Amino acid sequence: MEEHRDDIGSRMGMWIFIFTEILLFGGLFLVYAIFRAKYSAEFHSAAYELNTFLGAFNTVILLISSMTVAMSITAVQKGDKKLALILLGITILMALTFLVNKYFEWGHKVHMGIYPGSDLLKQFEQGELMFFGLYYFMTGLHVFHIIVGMIILLVVMYKVNSGTINADKFVLLENGGLYWHLVDLIWIFLFPLLYLIT
Amino acid sequence: MENESKQLNYLEDTQGRKGIWAWILSTDHKRIGILYLISIAVFFVVGGLLGGLMRAELIAPGETIMDPQTYNGIFTVHGIIMIFLVVIPGLGAVFGNFFLPIMIGAKDVMFPKLNLFSWWIYIVGAVLAICSQFAGDGAPDTGWTFYAPYSTESGTNVIFAVFAAFVLGFSSILTGLNFIVTIHRMRAPGMSWFRMPLFPWSLYATAWIQVLATPIVGITLLMIVAERLFQIGFFDPNLGGDPILYQHLFWIYSHPAVYIMILPAMGVITEIIPTFCKKAVFGYKAIALSSLAIAGVGYFVWGHHMYTSGMSGTARWFFSFLTFIVAIPSAIKVFNWVSTMYKGSIDVRTPFLYALSFIFLFMIGGLTGLVLGSLASDVHVHDTAFVVAHFHYIIFGGMGFAFFAGIHYWYPKMFGIMYNEGKANIAWMIIFVGFNVLYFPLFVIGMQGMPRRYFDYLPEFQTGHVISSIGALILLVGIFMMIWNLFRARKNGTIAEANPWGGVTLEWQLQSPPTLYNFDEIPTITGDPYNYK
Amino acid sequence: MDDHHENHITPYITHLKVLVTLLFLTFATIAVTYVELGALTVTVALLIATVKVFIVITWFMHLKYEEPIFRYFVIGVFLLFALIIFITFFDYAFR
Repeated sequence: MEEHRDDIGSRMGMWIFIFTEILLFGGLFLVYAIFRAKYSAEFHSAAYELNTFLGAFNTVILLISSMTVAMSITAVQKGDKKLALILLGITILMALTFLVNKYFEWGHKVHMGIYPGSDLLKQFEQGELMFFGLYYFMTGLHVFHIIVGMIILLVVMYKVNSGTINADKFVLLENGGLYWHLVDLIWIFLFPLLYLIT
Repeated sequence: MENESKQLNYLEDTQGRKGIWAWILSTDHKRIGILYLISIAVFFVVGGLLGGLMRAELIAPGETIMDPQTYNGIFTVHGIIMIFLVVIPGLGAVFGNFFLPIMIGAKDVMFPKLNLFSWWIYIVGAVLAICSQFAGDGAPDTGWTFYAPYSTESGTNVIFAVFAAFVLGFSSILTGLNFIVTIHRMRAPGMSWFRMPLFPWSLYATAWIQVLATPIVGITLLMIVAERLFQIGFFDPNLGGDPILYQHLFWIYSHPAVYIMILPAMGVITEIIPTFCKKAVFGYKAIALSSLAIAGVGYFVWGHHMYTSGMSGTARWFFSFLTFIVAIPSAIKVFNWVSTMYKGSIDVRTPFLYALSFIFLFMIGGLTGLVLGSLASDVHVHDTAFVVAHFHYIIFGGMGFAFFAGIHYWYPKMFGIMYNEGKANIAWMIIFVGFNVLYFPLFVIGMQGMPRRYFDYLPEFQTGHVISSIGALILLVGIFMMIWNLFRARKNGTIAEANPWGGVTLEWQLQSPPTLYNFDEIPTITGDPYNYK
Repeated sequence: MDDHHENHITPYITHLKVLVTLLFLTFATIAVTYVELGALTVTVALLIATVKVFIVITWFMHLKYEEPIFRYFVIGVFLLFALIIFITFFDYAFR
């Protein structure tokens, strides 16, 4: 059978997958909304434990990485393979930086005894317990998606390098980019809800 | 339409692969549909036997053939298998996969490899579900609904079972994704949306539910795991959580899930009735749009499973009101089916018998749903056998009978063989009688106060239970007869012609069984789908 | 029908402008938290976040140049999500 190529259909499939991810995190945002409404004072005080600077820094990093992956599409469309690879490389580097930041952020908290199931946490208010539970769960699930996104971008980078993705056929890059933007979108909401409620 | 020398059909064309590899590595939507058919049939029989064991236990009060812990494990796994392995994939995975591309004039779905992957994920999930029964700390005893706080505290294999459901959710999501894009992008030239047959319409509405609702139960199940493993207490009041939150999250998916079960079933019935009435379906647009309406409004009624949970009064009347609204598009369909039959040239064949009984049983299930949907009466029958009877009438009497209707309708097309209709009709009769004898008494004892998921009961309920268990036996006989008859046809059946029922949708213009790519040339559609001369 | 999207190449400078806008909005969100708005702080922060999401979807994710059906999908999904939250609060707000 001849290869049935439909780039619009391919992107449509990716968008639908993105919808499922939005709703997956959406469930968590719903839980956040409920407990935030119930424990507004405790959420407010618990949020002081978070490092707003690191959170903001991570936000900036992800926004830049969204730009670089979007630019890489322009580069491929223009046939500029070298620039495309550089831009994708930067995107992946940004992702790595995000992960490193997260590692230090979590590490610091764990060191202080603030993690689900810890003895210290048992002395906190219930609302604060809920805040940290949500914090770890939401950022943890997000980190998982960053890692998946990085793998996707590496695969895409490989294909740009080998020429499988080129100016005539780049829907895979577009779809990889869409997934990456999703990861950014989630963080755009996570950041103010977790870090900026002080 | 047939070539003089018939081309290889899809069963003969193994695309160079041998034996079982020709099946489990094939990306042909028809073979994938058969893979689902076999898997689902196997799990249906297993789940049905488990149900039979439950009926055997309940034939007398007290311990009859098993202890209470075993009983709890059995009704849990009965639910897990039936819901996640049988009725949710159900008609969509079997007949949707086989016939969606054909009915819209396409050679396959949009993403054939993803389609095969969906089936593989389904099998992985099934294996996990089976393992949860035997590994580690024992079969889960929480019910298929995994309510907190018991699911976060129970010493049994909850994580295993919950993870199985999570994996199965992926299968559902990816199939839905595939179908949405297929319907948007691969309809034959000239097939506008309102020239598309109504089974694809129902699959389209269903696919959106699969895609948008399933992730919510996905995250909910992950939260159960988080609470069990990491003591993050979303549902534990001691840790600041709320057990009712679990119910909200669970039913935000699981109510739309019942529309995943029933919408394709209604779609199949909508195909069968015009064929056996030789008359265009009455109110084509109403049926198409009512599928979307059911899918849409169905997202907002989930709280009717929670009237007695401790929700606010405001929430309760809101959900009750919406529940009554969502009944309307279903009623529209019933009206249209009956109107299609009016002044039609009716040919009572096996598929039509199942379709008629579908309407009857679905009506009973639907009307008793209104009893449950209305606040005052629900308080009386919530968590009783009344609920059990209601959902079995809807799911089994509805979707199950529609499945049987579909397999008897499309069997000649799928396999090129015609089964013994006389035996099929006898099996139908036995199934129909057995079904009602099994489930109707449960309405009665439910109203009298018999709780659901109870191992033991007061002597006053025994008569109802005995009748019900006898019904189970009759039903089991009928089901086995039906399956055996279809199975036997492979050896003893007659060769089927391309269009044994005189249907007018695209699948009947192909040879039986179809060739690998369905159409030699994609047809151009010039008229409405139900064009009976 | 494919040409509409395939031929459109977003200039590098457009991507840069989008980033600058997003960064500006990010700093605005942070700045807002230093202003005493009480309960309104969250609303403003979420509003700004919504604008950022809109910008990312429209330009970075190229929705502006896609078939119109994609737009309806996105709107539908967010509407559904918002409604689910709204309806759940019928319970929590009135207990």
